[in-house]
Amino acid sequence: MSRHVLLIEDEPNIIEAIRFLLSRDGWRVDTHADGRDAVDVIRRVSPDLVILDMMLPGKSGMDILSDLRALSDYHSLPVLMLTARGQSRDRDMAERAGVSRFMTKPFSNAEVLSAVRDLVAEVPDP
Amino acid sequence: MARESLTGSRIRERRSMSGLKQADLARQIGISASYLNLIEHNRRRIGGKLLVNIAQALGVEPSVLTEGAEATLIATLREAAADAEITADETDRADEFAGRFPAWAEVLASAHRRIASLERTVEILSDRLTHDPHLAASVHELLSTAAAIRSTASILAEPGELEREWRDRFHRNLNEDSLRLAESCKALVDYLDESGAAEERRGVPQEELEAFVADHAYHYPALEVAGTPVDSLVQDNATLTTGAARQIATEMLSRYAADARRMPVSRMKEALDRVGFAPLDLCDIFGTDLASVLRRLAAMPADVLPDPVGLVVCDAAGSLLFRKPVDGFAVPRFGATCPLWPLFSALSRPLTPLRRALTQEGRGAAVFDTFAIAQPVGSRDFNRDPLFQATMLVRRIPGGQADGQPEPVGSTCRVCPRSGCPARREPSILSEGF
Repeated sequence: MSRHVLLIEDEPNIIEAIRFLLSRDGWRVDTHADGRDAVDVIRRVSPDLVILDMMLPGKSGMDILSDLRALSDYHSLPVLMLTARGQSRDRDMAERAGVSRFMTKPFSNAEVLSAVRDLVAEVPDP
Repeated sequence: MARESLTGSRIRERRSMSGLKQADLARQIGISASYLNLIEHNRRRIGGKLLVNIAQALGVEPSVLTEGAEATLIATLREAAADAEITADETDRADEFAGRFPAWAEVLASAHRRIASLERTVEILSDRLTHDPHLAASVHELLSTAAAIRSTASILAEPGELEREWRDRFHRNLNEDSLRLAESCKALVDYLDESGAAEERRGVPQEELEAFVADHAYHYPALEVAGTPVDSLVQDNATLTTGAARQIATEMLSRYAADARRMPVSRMKEALDRVGFAPLDLCDIFGTDLASVLRRLAAMPADVLPDPVGLVVCDAAGSLLFRKPVDGFAVPRFGATCPLWPLFSALSRPLTPLRRALTQEGRGAAVFDTFAIAQPVGSRDFNRDPLFQATMLVRRIPGGQADGQPEPVGSTCRVCPRSGCPARREPSILSEGF
C-alpha cells in the first residue's frame, strides 16, 4: 500500500504541482485548503506525513502545528512546513512548535520530494 | 551605606546648588559650622526640628533631603546595574553612588532611560516592518505565486513526455500565475511608491502640505472671493500640525489668492471656451506669466476643466515643492524623480516655455502633454543672481494622440523598467528585484 501525504495548502496551482509530483513518485495525496478544521482532517485521514502551509485561511499553520503536537498520538507525525516567511524568528517558532522540516517558498520540486522521502523514512516503525 | 544615612550628602548637594557657604547655612539654623560639616559628611544622624530648619533654609521639603526624587533615581540605577549584569555587591551600593555623586548618578540614569526609550523605538519600527499587514500579504502572495510557477515550470521542463491533459493544465496554470505575479508586483510597487499613511505624514511639513491641498481637491472656493484672509484656512487646520507646514501653506495659498485675483474662474472659463487649452494665449489674455497660468489651470474645478491636470513645481536644486498627481503620470512622493522630465530641462533654459508629449514607461500607454517653464522668484536686486523655480503642467492628451512621437520618461528610477537609460541613477526593482 502506498504511503499517504496530506497537503494542507490554499494555493490551487501549488496543490496541483505537488500533487502531481508526489503521485508520480508513488504517494497517495489528499489535500485540504482551510486552516480552521485542519487538525480534524489530519485526525480523520491519518496520513504518514503532513505538508502544511504557514499562512492559511482561518488558522495559521503555526497554530495548527501547536494544536497537533498537543495531541499525544501526533507527537512524531512528520510535518513539513512551507512558508513565504523565511525569517529566522519564524523558523525558530516553527521548531519550538515541533516542525519536522521548514521550507521557504519558492522551493524546488527536488527539495520537496527529497524532504518527504526523508521524513517518512526517519519515522520508526510502531 | 543605607539611603537614610545619606541625608547629609543631600544637604551638602542642595546647599552647594543654592550657593550657600557651610558657615552661612550653619548660622541661619543656629548650629556651628563644624557640626554642620559632620552632618554633611554623614557622621551625625539628623532628624526632627533640625532637619525641618535646614530644609526650610534650603527652600525644599524635608522629604527631599531624606528620600525625595532619589528613590526613583536609585531604582533607575539598580535597573541599569541589572542590565549591565553588575555584581549584587556593587548594585547594593547604588544608594551610596547616588548620595555621593548625585549629578553623575543622574547622568547615568538619564542615559539608561534614553537607551531604554531608543530600544523601544527600534522595537516598534522593527515590529512594523515585520508585521505591516499589507506588505506581509503582498510578499506572501508574490512568493506563493513564484513557488507555483517554479514547481509547474520545473515539471514542464523535465525531459520525457508528459500526458497531454497534464501538460495543458500546467500551461494554463503557468499563464494564470504569471499574470498574477505581474499584478502582485505592480500592486506592491504602487504600495511602496505611494505608502504614506496620515501618521507617517505627521510632522513632515511638505507631506502635510500635500495632504492639505489634496483634502481640498487643489481648489479653494473661499479664496476665489477677493479679500478672504489666507490665515482663516490655515489656522486650526488639523492636517497642518507644524508651524513649518502652516508657513508653507500660507505662502502657497497667498500665491493662489493672487492668481485667483488675476484670473477669476468665470473669466478663465470664458477664455478657455474661446482659445481652448492654450496656456500662452491665456498669458496674453490675462497679461500674466506662464507659471501663474499653469498653476491656475491646475486649480480649476471640474466644471471649468473636466479633464484633470497635474502640476509639479521644483526649485533649482530639483527638490519638489508642490505635486498634484494626475492619473497615469506618477509623481513619486519619496526620492528623486526622473531627470528626463521637461521640468528639469526648463531649469537649464530659464524663461523658455517648453512643451513636450511624454509617455511614462511602465504605467500603460497614456500620452501626456506637458508645459514647463523656469521663472525667477523673489525680489530682484542689482548684482544678485535670480532664484529660479520650474513649473510643469501635465495633461493627458484626449484620445492619446500626440503630434509627434511621445518621449518616454519614468517616474523614478526605482520603479522604471526602461533599460539603457543614460539618466538612470540606480537599478529598478522591477528588473532587479523580481
